[in-house]
Amino acid sequence: MPLLEIEGLSKAFGGLRAINGLDIHVDEGEIVSVIGPNGAGKTTFFNLITGMDGPDEGSIVFDGQTIVGLRPNQILQLGMARTFQNVRLFPAMTVLENVMVGQHSRTKAGLFGAIFKTPSQRREEAAIEEKAKEVLSFFGTRLAGYRHDQLSMVLSYANRRRLEIARAMATEPRLLLLDEPTAGMNPRETVELTELIGQLRSERGFTIILIEHDMQVVRNVSDRVVVLDHGVKLIEGSYDHVSTDEQVIEAYLGRPAERQG
Amino acid sequence: MVLVAATGIVTTFQARLVIDPVLPLGTMFIYLVAAAFGWMAAQPPPTLEGFAPAKVGSRNVMAGALAGLLGGLSVGLLLVVMTVFDLRGVFIELSPELSEILGFGMPVAASIVAVVLVSSLAAALGASLHLLPERPRHSLIPALIWVVVFSLFTDLFGQLFTGLSIDFLVDLLYTSRGGPLTIVGALILFTVFVAVFWYLGGRERRLRETVQSMPKERRIRWQVGMAAIVLVVLYFIPQLMGPFVSQIMVTAGIFLLMALGLNIVVGYAGLLDLGYVAFFAVGAYAGAILTSPQSPAFAPELTLVAALPFVMIAAAFAGIVVATPVIRMRGDYLAIVTLGFGEIARILLNSEWLSPYFGGAQGITNIPDLQIGPFTFSTPQDYFYPVFLFVLIAAYITLAVQKSRWGRAWMAMREDESVAEAMGVNIVTAKLSAFVVGAILASFGGALFGSQIGSVFPHSFDIVVSITILVIIIVGGMGSVPGVTLGALVLIVLPNLLREFSEYQFLFYGVLLIAMMLKRPEGFIPSKRRAQELHSEELSQDSWLEIYGEKGQAETVPEGTV
Repeated sequence: MPLLEIEGLSKAFGGLRAINGLDIHVDEGEIVSVIGPNGAGKTTFFNLITGMDGPDEGSIVFDGQTIVGLRPNQILQLGMARTFQNVRLFPAMTVLENVMVGQHSRTKAGLFGAIFKTPSQRREEAAIEEKAKEVLSFFGTRLAGYRHDQLSMVLSYANRRRLEIARAMATEPRLLLLDEPTAGMNPRETVELTELIGQLRSERGFTIILIEHDMQVVRNVSDRVVVLDHGVKLIEGSYDHVSTDEQVIEAYLGRPAERQG
Repeated sequence: MVLVAATGIVTTFQARLVIDPVLPLGTMFIYLVAAAFGWMAAQPPPTLEGFAPAKVGSRNVMAGALAGLLGGLSVGLLLVVMTVFDLRGVFIELSPELSEILGFGMPVAASIVAVVLVSSLAAALGASLHLLPERPRHSLIPALIWVVVFSLFTDLFGQLFTGLSIDFLVDLLYTSRGGPLTIVGALILFTVFVAVFWYLGGRERRLRETVQSMPKERRIRWQVGMAAIVLVVLYFIPQLMGPFVSQIMVTAGIFLLMALGLNIVVGYAGLLDLGYVAFFAVGAYAGAILTSPQSPAFAPELTLVAALPFVMIAAAFAGIVVATPVIRMRGDYLAIVTLGFGEIARILLNSEWLSPYFGGAQGITNIPDLQIGPFTFSTPQDYFYPVFLFVLIAAYITLAVQKSRWGRAWMAMREDESVAEAMGVNIVTAKLSAFVVGAILASFGGALFGSQIGSVFPHSFDIVVSITILVIIIVGGMGSVPGVTLGALVLIVLPNLLREFSEYQFLFYGVLLIAMMLKRPEGFIPSKRRAQELHSEELSQDSWLEIYGEKGQAETVPEGTV
């Protein structure tokens, strides 16, 4: 049984059909890339499955449970976390606090515990901090040491993207949705992050759906590529299969001669 | 300056002498405004990194003097206009009395020259403060301020000196108890303070560094010692200060308690609640009904201590009632709805319909004094202690919650509600809990207020209370406990101590708010993170990506990402 199974998913904004009868399934342990031109409906697709937007039609089944109509925090609780295309951190909170928020749904201390400093609350607080530090250590020295206590707003652009991934990791998801994780990064940082995406699966065991424009990244990490255009699935298959498809070249990749420009 | 004169402050203040007999408050105030403008006009441009600081010289003084000259000319013009036309029909405060004060009692022509000269001089003096080297500047200005403080708070110091049984100081400095300073007194004070600040110059920082460099154990012991000293001083304050000042302190304490509560709602959770007074009213009325024998419908006549748990429950319930309809609202909409709730609470309490339960406009009277075991609290001096205790509790809760799971959830919600939800924060619970904690703290304030005054009336729970509390938080520093404390002291204690000011209380709030927003939007003592947030341009490593540009527009892709 697939981890995520989507059938007949549709969403319209006024007259615009952002997603139109989409069928997608993702198996446990896969890395699936979603590509397509701007406005193809990729981010809408993420918003629909994470519950930030409600679909007009169709079913979304995650781990055997239908999740249409659930609040985003309930869906996260089931094990699905995302990052955002236009980095949305909590700017006035520290790096560590941002990641600690990710642990919210996996912990349960209440206000009472916080006020009376009960032993169980203290233990849990220490565990949250430890978990957050452990997740940040995934990025090596990039987000380590003094960075923990910096406000997230002072981070460089690449570090903000890394921090977003760390925050999503701290929610202990099974399925991780990455929305253009390498956007705005320089080539070296992109290579580094591509490796990390591979490690997210091999070391952490996450299943990953990736929206990405950088075809190098897509080629290096994905098991399967889904091409969207105007809210419709154009084709899906291996990178080699997809990248040589006439329709895809027409709609998105362009001809080699044009790609030079 | 014309504006200041026209509001009538000068005339009101004139009745009060700062230094007998040469300097009345009104005159001082108007030229203080001139000096302040002079100081601002002469401010050197900010020093950029790698550049030599701009030379401060006669040019700055000239700029200051020019500002004063313009101000003086405008006042002069006002004088001329006032002699020629009678403007009192439109501006009632423009009385002959005012022109007498402004013109130093001289004939018009001479007075204009005098006004222009004095105000230019005042402004130039203000400007030339920039010329002084740091150390004299840092001893002269505070010394001047302290002299004015000693003069304005003559009642307070009179009371204090009597309390400490050093009455002779009163005779030395003041013309009479509660009267203005004498010239000699002012000079003595000025000299003493200059000396003190000169001596202190730089030493304060060194002391702080010494404390920080102490080994941890000694530092903690040192801090505990300091806290003990502060507590002892606080213990004696009510005895020394007498009922008048104690009453003001109690009022300030109640406002501070509520400000700390609202700080959680607005400062942490980012929910702009303009109807916070409703919870204050719930606390006051719940306390009154449960304790007073005069309660119209239901009078269990509990003691206040026994009633407190029920007050808390009532407040929590009110918090939920207000929060439920606004769960899915954000920002401005939430502010408007809560504003409505605040008014609804007052109108309901005032209504004929509910008067069998709440007493309508007559309110509930005869609320007994607070009693804990054998102790009865009746005078304002007595009430200082329980109020202080509750403020401590509120401050502790604020600090404890900040570094906890829910504190982080609130902050995340403040930063970006939909992302917080997508990261697993249950927005419904988070909003409800923030409202409930805020409501409970406000209800403590209300219960203490009712028991201290001895009666509650609907008109005490005006929208102005909500706004005052909000101003305290904003001016003090949102999210910061010391900031909120200072805000409450400045905004509640000062206007009450200075009787002349109370008439213009809200004018001062307004001026203060505008000045703060322009110069120090993060408040007097901001929380560290807020200070950074509001100065992020200077901090951000990549200023091309402005945080604020990003926040509002979800779908704009920053340049260079595709």
